[in-house]
Amino acid sequence: MSESERFEPLIIGFTCNWCSYRAADLAGTSRMKYPPNVRLIRLMCSGRLDPTFVLKALANGADGVLITGCHPGECHYLEQNYKAMRRYYLLRAMLTQMGIEPERVRLVWASAAEGARFAEEVTRMVEDVRRLGPLNWPAIAADGAEPAASRNGHGPAAAAETAPVVPEEAKP
Amino acid sequence: MSTNGAKPKLAMYWAASCGGCEIATLNIGEHILTVDQVFDLAFFPCIADFKVSDVEGYPDGYIDLCLFNGAIRSSENEHMAHLLRRKSKILVAFGSCAYEGCIPALANLTSRQAVLRTVYLDNPSLDNPSGVLPQTTTPAPEGELTLPAFYHTVKTLDQVVDVDYYVPGCPPESHQIWAVLQTVVAALTEGAPLPPKGTILGAGQVAVCEECPLARHEKTIPRFYRPYEIVPKPGLCLLEQGLVCLGPATVCGCGALCPRVGMGCRGCYGPLPGVVDQGARILTALASVIDVTGKPGDNEEELARRVQDAVSTIPDPAGLFYYFSMAHSLLHRARVADNQ
Repeated sequence: MSESERFEPLIIGFTCNWCSYRAADLAGTSRMKYPPNVRLIRLMCSGRLDPTFVLKALANGADGVLITGCHPGECHYLEQNYKAMRRYYLLRAMLTQMGIEPERVRLVWASAAEGARFAEEVTRMVEDVRRLGPLNWPAIAADGAEPAASRNGHGPAAAAETAPVVPEEAKP
Repeated sequence: MSTNGAKPKLAMYWAASCGGCEIATLNIGEHILTVDQVFDLAFFPCIADFKVSDVEGYPDGYIDLCLFNGAIRSSENEHMAHLLRRKSKILVAFGSCAYEGCIPALANLTSRQAVLRTVYLDNPSLDNPSGVLPQTTTPAPEGELTLPAFYHTVKTLDQVVDVDYYVPGCPPESHQIWAVLQTVVAALTEGAPLPPKGTILGAGQVAVCEECPLARHEKTIPRFYRPYEIVPKPGLCLLEQGLVCLGPATVCGCGALCPRVGMGCRGCYGPLPGVVDQGARILTALASVIDVTGKPGDNEEELARRVQDAVSTIPDPAGLFYYFSMAHSLLHRARVADNQ
């Protein structure tokens, strides 16, 4: 598979205003490189993250969701990141039952000083999701059979519903 | 809406449902006499002998009010949804199955193949040595026999046809059904205005907790218990005793029937106004009562393990969060290996 045919995952990243967004900012001002696959959405706090946001992203074309926040104990709003954490583990258990691999939804803590860590985690997540292949969550079909959506132009959803497609260059 | 002074026509049909909605409707007590006075029955297979061909023979829009209960699980269900939509002026998604998918839609966690396998091949009380599975067409000496196609994904009524109103509940409470009927009757007979299209009728605006008489305190819990594991203390909020109760994320209208008798709410009345995905709200509500927190410098792996221990006391999160709303949720079904 050539470079231009490589599957580029679309990842929605939620950052908190006080730590992880600053970490992303630091990564940028320090000119650190990380893949451009993540679209960041800044929230005031990881505790603001309604699981609906994650479900909506996955149902509407995202291949993965990255949730980031301040390290435990360092939340600007004292303990809202503990709430985010409790939701995250419940959400992950639920998504596994829905057939969504746990690697597609990740929780990462990053302080305002951890630009390098932020870039590293984004890189790792993009590669993990690239290995899993497109999610292509099916829309409601007219006749009970699921349609073959192909947002990425990487073949029908049926491919993603059986075995994940592993691109050659992603193999170790 | 009635023409020529004739009585308005009422229909009630069941698709993929249990029949509980019909029982709840007939359970409105003496008001059933008023229903009989006001309406002519046009179609109601549960209580009167009508045929589909009768409905097919009606002019379009002949039925004034159609209460459609049950989810869309087969091609027959979908066919009847289209037929009744065409023949009805007001089509109501009646009860949780038609509104949100309800119990039938829990099959969306698995596949058509797995459902057929469980029902026709692996069922311990079954004798099917030749492994016969239902076929949509079967040749017979008398001619070709047909059965409706069984869908892979259970759908709600509004995912296949246009719906005018929704009535939540599994089943809807009889006093709410009567209130809904009165609203429609007032419109049909006295020209009172109908609620805007898409309105959820027969439910409140606030959470079940607001109707619940149990005493609540601001209290968090280390883990959840299943109903058989503990005996709840009477008069005290079930959630703060560790029993899963979905009342905080469910709209009221039922009178908090289940929590009153010591059984946590399971969310059959659906989400609160403005909520897109009830399961996500249930998840948030339950996560907020878990007492795991920490302090600066705590080991993050240890903390994650404690959170996981607490959430693992909910053995079937997807089935719990979407007990009644799987088909209507953002994901609406699970991704499974044999997706057909």
